[in-house]
Amino acid sequence: MDLKIRDVRKEYGSFPALNGVSLDIRSGELVALLGPSGSGKTTLLRAIAGLEIPDSGRILFGDEDALAKPVQERNVGFVFQHYALFRHMKVFDNIAFGLRVRGRARRPAEADIRRKVLELLELVQLQGLENRYPAQLSGGQRQRVALARALAIEPQVLLLDEPFGALDAQVRKELRRWLREIHNETGHTTVFVTHDQEEALELADRVAILHKGDLQQVGTPDAIYDQPATPFVYAFIGDSSSLPIEVRGGQAALDGKALPLGRVDAPDGPARLHVRPQDVTFVAPGEGVALGRVATLRRLGAFRRADVDVGVRRSRIEVRLPPEAVFAEGEEVGLAFERFAVFPAEGAPGAARAA
Amino acid sequence: MPADPRQTLPAHPVAAGASPTTEPIAVRLALITVALAFLALFLVLPLIAVFAEAFRNGVDAYFASFDDPDTWSAVWLTLGVAAIAVPLNVVFGLAASWAVAKHEFRGKSLLVTLIDLPFSVSPVVSGMCYVLLFGAQGYFGHYLQSVGVQIIFAVPGLVLATIFVTFPFVARELIPLMQEQGVSEEEAALSLGAGGWRTFWSVTLPNVRWALLYGVLLCNARAMGEFGAVSVVSGHLRGQTNTVPLQVEILYNDYNFVAAFAVASLLAGLGLVTLVVKSALEWRYADQLASGRRH
Repeated sequence: MDLKIRDVRKEYGSFPALNGVSLDIRSGELVALLGPSGSGKTTLLRAIAGLEIPDSGRILFGDEDALAKPVQERNVGFVFQHYALFRHMKVFDNIAFGLRVRGRARRPAEADIRRKVLELLELVQLQGLENRYPAQLSGGQRQRVALARALAIEPQVLLLDEPFGALDAQVRKELRRWLREIHNETGHTTVFVTHDQEEALELADRVAILHKGDLQQVGTPDAIYDQPATPFVYAFIGDSSSLPIEVRGGQAALDGKALPLGRVDAPDGPARLHVRPQDVTFVAPGEGVALGRVATLRRLGAFRRADVDVGVRRSRIEVRLPPEAVFAEGEEVGLAFERFAVFPAEGAPGAARAA
Repeated sequence: MPADPRQTLPAHPVAAGASPTTEPIAVRLALITVALAFLALFLVLPLIAVFAEAFRNGVDAYFASFDDPDTWSAVWLTLGVAAIAVPLNVVFGLAASWAVAKHEFRGKSLLVTLIDLPFSVSPVVSGMCYVLLFGAQGYFGHYLQSVGVQIIFAVPGLVLATIFVTFPFVARELIPLMQEQGVSEEEAALSLGAGGWRTFWSVTLPNVRWALLYGVLLCNARAMGEFGAVSVVSGHLRGQTNTVPLQVEILYNDYNFVAAFAVASLLAGLGLVTLVVKSALEWRYADQLASGRRH
C-alpha cells in the first residue's frame, strides 16, 4: 500500500506542529520519522492513523483519500509507546479484539479467530502466554503483544509510535532486530517514529527527518549521514562542529583570510562550515585549511578526541584522532578537512542547500 | 570520611538502629494514646451508644419498634429514593467523568467546579433552592399546580434533593482514575476498528469498574443517610414523605427513644457495612481505584 502525504498542516493553538509536510512512502517500505521532541513526528504519525485530524493537506492510501475515513475504517495497525494493552483482558483477548469488533458480515468464526491469534503469538514468540494479563508480562513482552494485536487486523499500514522508547537498552536492541525480521517476513508498509537516530539508521529503509514541523530531508541512512541537506540534519545526525565563515564570490574566508577550500557553492554573506570529527586530520601548522590550537585532548576508548580552537573567535572543532597520534594540549596544528559542507548562516538570505 | 580507630568518637546521640524520622518511644506512646482516645470518644462511643439505647429495654422491645407501619414506610421510601437517585447518579457521574477525563473542551474547569458544588453548599440550602423553584409559592409552583404535579412535600422532591447532594460521589471517584489511565487504550480500540459505544463498554467501563463500585457505595450511603436537604423538601408527612433519617428525628421528638435508636441502628449498620465493603475494595483493588485521594 503506497502512502502519499501532501502538504499536511496542523496547528495547536498558534503552535504549528506540522508546517506543510509532503512525503511518499512506497508499498512494503520501512520508514522512520526521526526528530527531536516537538518536531511534529508523532503528530504526523497520528494524522496518518486518523487519531489526529490535519488542518489541511491530503493523505492517500494508494489512491484512496484516507482523510475521508474515520480511524476505525482506515485499517491501520497502531503500536503505542506505552503499549496501551487492554489491562483487564488476557493476552488472547487483546489480540483477538480487532477481529471480534468487526461487523457480523466480516467477523471470522471464533475458531478461526483462535487459530489466527495462536499464529500471531508464535510470530511474536510468545507461545503459551495467551492466558496472562498484561500486568504479568515484561515491557518487551507487552510490546510484542501490542504488535501482534495490531497485526491481527491485517492492516494496510503499520504505524509505531516510539515503539521501543519505554524499554531498557538491551531489550530495545533485541526488539529492533526482531522488528526488522518481522517486517521482512510480513512485508507491511511500516512507519515508525523515533528520536533515536541510531534506531532510525539501523532499522529503516529510509529516514525522514523533521524539525519544528518541517520535513528537513528524506533519504536512505547513507544519504542522510553522508549528504545532509540542511544544517539541522548535519548537526542532528552524528557528531559535527562548525565554523562561522564569510562567503564572497564562491570564496570562503575566516576572519578576513581566504580559506583554501576551492569554490564553495553558497551565496555571498555569513555562512557556517560544518565538518565531522572523523573528517578532520592534523597536518603541519601552515598547511591544510586552517590553523588551530589544541585545547583539550582525551582518550575515548578506541580513539582520541581533540578539541581545537580555530580563529579569533576560538570556535571549537572536534577532531577524532587515532590513539597513536602524539600531540600536546596547547600545541599549534594545521587542520585539513576531507569532507565538509557550507550552509548560509541561520537567518541569512538564501538558506538553501549549499556545498 | 577517614576513620581512625584510635580516635575517640563523640558519644552517639541517637540509639543504634533508630531512623532519623522516628520519635522517642515516650512521644510515640503519647501521640498514639491521644489519637486513640479521640477516636474512642468521637466515633466508637456514639456508635455503641446507638446500639445500647436501642437495646435498652431488651431485644423484644428493639424488634417491637419495627411494628410501626410509619417506620416501614420510611424504610421503603428510603430504599426507593436511593434506587432512583443512585442509578441516575451513576449515569451522570460516568458521563461527566468521561467528558472531563477523556476530552478537551472549553469550560471544562467550570464543569469540574460545578460537579463539586454539592460538597460546598450546605444541604439545607440546596433543599431551599428546590422549594424556591418548585414549591407552591416558587417560580414554577403555579404552573406545576395547574398541571397537577407536586414536587415539594412529595416523593419527587426527595429524589431531586437526594440526587443533588449525592451527585459528586461517582464523578469524583472516576475523574482522577480516568485521567490517570489516559486515552491510549481507547485510541488503540478505535484503531482496531471498534466504534465509540463498543470502546466505552469494552475498554473504558471495565477499566474503572471497581472505582465505580466504590463511588456507588459512597453515593448510596449518603443517599440513604441524607438529612438536611430532604428535611426541607419532605414536609414530614408521616407514612408518606419521611425517609429513615427523618423518621428517627420524629420518633426522638416523640420521646420514643428506644424506637428512635432502633431505627437509627439501621443507619449505623448501613454505615458499618459500607465501611467494611469500602475497606475490602481498597485492600483488594487499591491499584484500580483513583490513587492519591481517599474519602
